[in-house]
Amino acid sequence: MRECEYSQISTRSSTPMETPYKKRTPKKRKWEAFPGRNKFYCDGRIMMAKQTGVFYLTLFLILVTCGLFFTFDCPFLALQLTPIIPVVGGALFLFVLGTLLRTSFSDPGVLPRATPDEAADLERQIDVANGSTGYRPPPRTKEILINGQTVKLKYCFTCKIFRPPRASHCSLCDNCVERFDHHCPWVGNCVGRRNYRFFYMFILSLSFLTIFIFAFVITHIILRKWLSFMRQTHTPAGCVLAVVVCFFSVWSIVGLSGFHTYLISSNQTTNEDIKGSWSSKRGKDNFNPYSYGNIVTNCCAALCGPLPPSETLNRQLFTDRLIPIPVLFIDP
Amino acid sequence: MVKIKYKCKIIYEKHNKKSANLTTPLCVLAPPPLFTLLKRFQRMQGFFPTSTDGNMATEFHNLQELRHSASLANKVFIQRDYSEGTTCKFQTKFPSELESRIERTLFEDTVKTLNNFYAEAEKIGGQSYLEGCLACVTAYLIFLCMETRYEKVLKKIAKYIQEQNEKIYAPRGLLITDPIERGMRVIEISIYEDRGSSSSSSGSSSVSGSTAR
Repeated sequence: MRECEYSQISTRSSTPMETPYKKRTPKKRKWEAFPGRNKFYCDGRIMMAKQTGVFYLTLFLILVTCGLFFTFDCPFLALQLTPIIPVVGGALFLFVLGTLLRTSFSDPGVLPRATPDEAADLERQIDVANGSTGYRPPPRTKEILINGQTVKLKYCFTCKIFRPPRASHCSLCDNCVERFDHHCPWVGNCVGRRNYRFFYMFILSLSFLTIFIFAFVITHIILRKWLSFMRQTHTPAGCVLAVVVCFFSVWSIVGLSGFHTYLISSNQTTNEDIKGSWSSKRGKDNFNPYSYGNIVTNCCAALCGPLPPSETLNRQLFTDRLIPIPVLFIDP
Repeated sequence: MVKIKYKCKIIYEKHNKKSANLTTPLCVLAPPPLFTLLKRFQRMQGFFPTSTDGNMATEFHNLQELRHSASLANKVFIQRDYSEGTTCKFQTKFPSELESRIERTLFEDTVKTLNNFYAEAEKIGGQSYLEGCLACVTAYLIFLCMETRYEKVLKKIAKYIQEQNEKIYAPRGLLITDPIERGMRVIEISIYEDRGSSSSSSGSSSVSGSTAR
């Protein structure tokens, strides 16, 4: 009898208490109330920064250069040299596009802001630690020891949390991002803990693709010049355009992937490298506490380590508004 | 003197079908609290009309009483332990607020088990390398249709927390929130208190009435 009565409470159909919760837009998901400056598409599956103009430029440049290569150079090269060239080029192109979209569309590792209760609890702790003396409140930092290295955690006044080690607040997206690397306008997203490997594979494969296209367009032009002694042909304008785009982009892309290879092998982020957090200039016994100590392990951990889950839970429904209620009861 | 005990049942709801790991306690259902029992007793005595169409209204009333009978008193936050790097690990220090509510060992066991789960999820080894390389070959598009090892462990964690809540924490008037709901920064433990505990003497008489029903 009793059980039956409880289940009447638990079924969310007939009881009047449940109706207000049912009325409250049942399909509302967490991303719709996201506090940062981000754009969402596909009902919260895709998360990007607010300014995405440069991302479309990147996409446009890649598509146009590859389009020119595949329409003007590939038929000639496949005929004159080998059909493997368009196959390899196509595979590389798909890989670049896949990793670019993964980098741009995924959550970079945004730390959700503190709930009011958590913020209040931290506030209390800070007050206890500082005491309520003095006119100016002392800077809100917390020092912790990581693998024998002292690291300062800063308080984030926007997110109301002590930023975890390696996290930083992105001023463009207005979010704290875990293992923050940098905000990359080219991919239209922050680069952080969750999408760093996508980003690295993107720039690495893009540098291969640019070198590949550059090399084969030049081969095409030279071959055509050589053949045109016999037949009267001229190089199409598309090839020249592709060469120009590749020539200007190849240096920066190769340089960037080289720099990130160095960062990965020493387990640093761009942010830490720019600030010189672990450089020996800061002190004799200053070292990177996150490094595994050898290049191979650092690379493997960064690229093949477990992929952490998204903590923003963008797709979650707002059903947890119902408060859990344990009830005092007298045991008969 | 009647022994006061917390007894309740937690109903969890899956947030969406695809990611069943994201469970939060939706509402905790409990046996009828004192006030309801008292009402029922009075109804039996003839104080209240016992018509069937009035049943809905009383049920509504009961529910309201149910919601008000326990209130959130405090929240305790177990912070992260960063001493071994950025892997997810929580401090096992016992918070003083819980001293009167739960045994130290039970609490420490829970946190240690959670830490072990997270360590398992973030372990760098053969399996994670294999997964990483496989994903890399497919330009990381395989993760659109396959769940990562981390997500599998998170499901285990959600299940474990639900179990612990039902078995250990809810009967003591406590509830743990899954750390993933709080950005993996804290383990949130909500402490509940009974508002109407002063009416325990009148409640004791009504218990017999309800069991007779």
